[in-house]
Amino acid sequence: MVTLTRTRVAGRAKVRGRHHRGESLTKVLFVLPAALAMLALFGYPVVKNLLMSLQDYGLKTFFTGVAPWVGLQNYKTVVTDKLFSDAMLNTALFTVGSIAFQFAIGLGLALFFRNRFPLSGVLRSLLLLPWLLPLIVSSATWRSILEQDSGILNRTLQALHVINDPVPWLNSPSVALIAVIGVNIWIGIPFNVTLLYSGLAEIPDELYEAGQLDGATGWRAFRYITWPNLRSVASVLLMLGVVYTIKVLDIILGLTGGGPANATQTLATQSYQKSFVDFRFGQGAALSNILIAISFVFAIFYLRGTRRAVDE
Amino acid sequence: MRRTAYTVIGVLILCVMLFPVYWMVNASLQPSGNTLTAGFLPLHPTFSGYKRALDEQGGNLVTSMIIAAGTVVLSLAIATPCAYALSQFRSRWVSIGLLAILISQMIPGIVIANALYTAYERIGLLNSIPGLIIANCASGIPFAILILRSFMLSLPPSLVEAARVDGAGLFRAFVAIVLPISKNSLITAGLFSFLFSWSDFLFALTLTTKGGVRPVTLGIYQYLGTQVQNWNAVMATAVLSAVPAIVLLVAAQKYIAAGAIGGAVK
Repeated sequence: MVTLTRTRVAGRAKVRGRHHRGESLTKVLFVLPAALAMLALFGYPVVKNLLMSLQDYGLKTFFTGVAPWVGLQNYKTVVTDKLFSDAMLNTALFTVGSIAFQFAIGLGLALFFRNRFPLSGVLRSLLLLPWLLPLIVSSATWRSILEQDSGILNRTLQALHVINDPVPWLNSPSVALIAVIGVNIWIGIPFNVTLLYSGLAEIPDELYEAGQLDGATGWRAFRYITWPNLRSVASVLLMLGVVYTIKVLDIILGLTGGGPANATQTLATQSYQKSFVDFRFGQGAALSNILIAISFVFAIFYLRGTRRAVDE
Repeated sequence: MRRTAYTVIGVLILCVMLFPVYWMVNASLQPSGNTLTAGFLPLHPTFSGYKRALDEQGGNLVTSMIIAAGTVVLSLAIATPCAYALSQFRSRWVSIGLLAILISQMIPGIVIANALYTAYERIGLLNSIPGLIIANCASGIPFAILILRSFMLSLPPSLVEAARVDGAGLFRAFVAIVLPISKNSLITAGLFSFLFSWSDFLFALTLTTKGGVRPVTLGIYQYLGTQVQNWNAVMATAVLSAVPAIVLLVAAQKYIAAGAIGGAVK
């Protein structure tokens, strides 16, 4: 009798053990496809780019299959190119200019929509449209608006006597970068409004009521209540902004193609040009690796900042 | 009174922000030729731009549709189980997985295009619809994982445990219980995967070299490359390419804000 019970218990334990092993296998199967996809779509490209950047990987390679190792030669070539410093400066101006205005205008609009008024919700969701449009559609539309002779912007400004002669928005090296930044700001505002609005909505009303008793209204309420509570959303937003803006390609290619006279050439467009126009994949890879390195620096700052915020 | 004033200001802000979208529609209805003649209102609307757009870009629109639909199916099939695992399983791998997704967002598309071009060239996926579907999953999968996970974090473990007590395996419980409850977040993730893929320009530009497979974004780019003579056809194509975004905004409003917020790493 006793032995019988014992074997039964042992048997049950064995079943449970098998069940468990089957279970952890199932758990692995839940994650495996995604892990493989991430490795193939991100891991492999990063490693491949690192290797390519150290090789003379050009058009010939596709016929001969040979890509000789050249050490850091590709990096040297792209960094000493006289275009490099211009591309760096343009990338910095494009990124900082876009983010600063997207954020400032986005914050202004988010604060405005915080007021309760009829249709507020509907207007806010319609505002998202520019963010949802394919970037190349926005580029095409803005090109028609910014056209020098027939574009509606110049025609309007002339009719209002703001300008006398049509401004060559996309054809003049001195204004093209500003125009491209302007379009990118327009595209980014909706996303900023949405995230900042959701951040504002999470600040409890009681804080403002308490602040009011202490005389914190208007600017002081913003300075001492709104801004401190918005900081974590703002830092996520700014980090994402840098990471996304620094690699923007569609808008610039669609509006100016990097021209005129390389005035809107950035690291991202340069990298595209090297790889897919000149077929110098090694140099293209070197440029995009520099781009990744810059993104990483910002991400590390961000991660350290958030960790400190959590620790506090 | 003051609230009405706010509404008026809100409408004005919206008019300014959406003016380019209006202009796109307006220009698409103007007679062909350049926009010099375009008035502020399409007083004599013509659909000749749309006729030309459909003649020249109709096939490309279908190509885009197939690629986007394929990307949605593949992205969700791969991302959903993973999102569930990252939300419910206790393991140190969870934070490693999330960090990997965060880092993946920093990889420029051009890096992926560089590598995929050389790999596709070897295995014959250049100029192919499957090739573009796979490439577009690079934006679909991480985004879908984040959206779905942030929803699934709120699922009480007792739901699945109840099914398990009745003898269902982990996978059966996932399909029978988790998937139906997650319907809304699946729709959100699917809509955005569709939109990302529909909007894709970089992979279309780099991973196709011949005319055979050409998504509509590339069609628009080629219109822009040649001296633009017929803005009405270009803008009609732009309007047709904007339709998914517009439909999404009107029909699926509540999913969109959720997507915008959920997509920012929480």
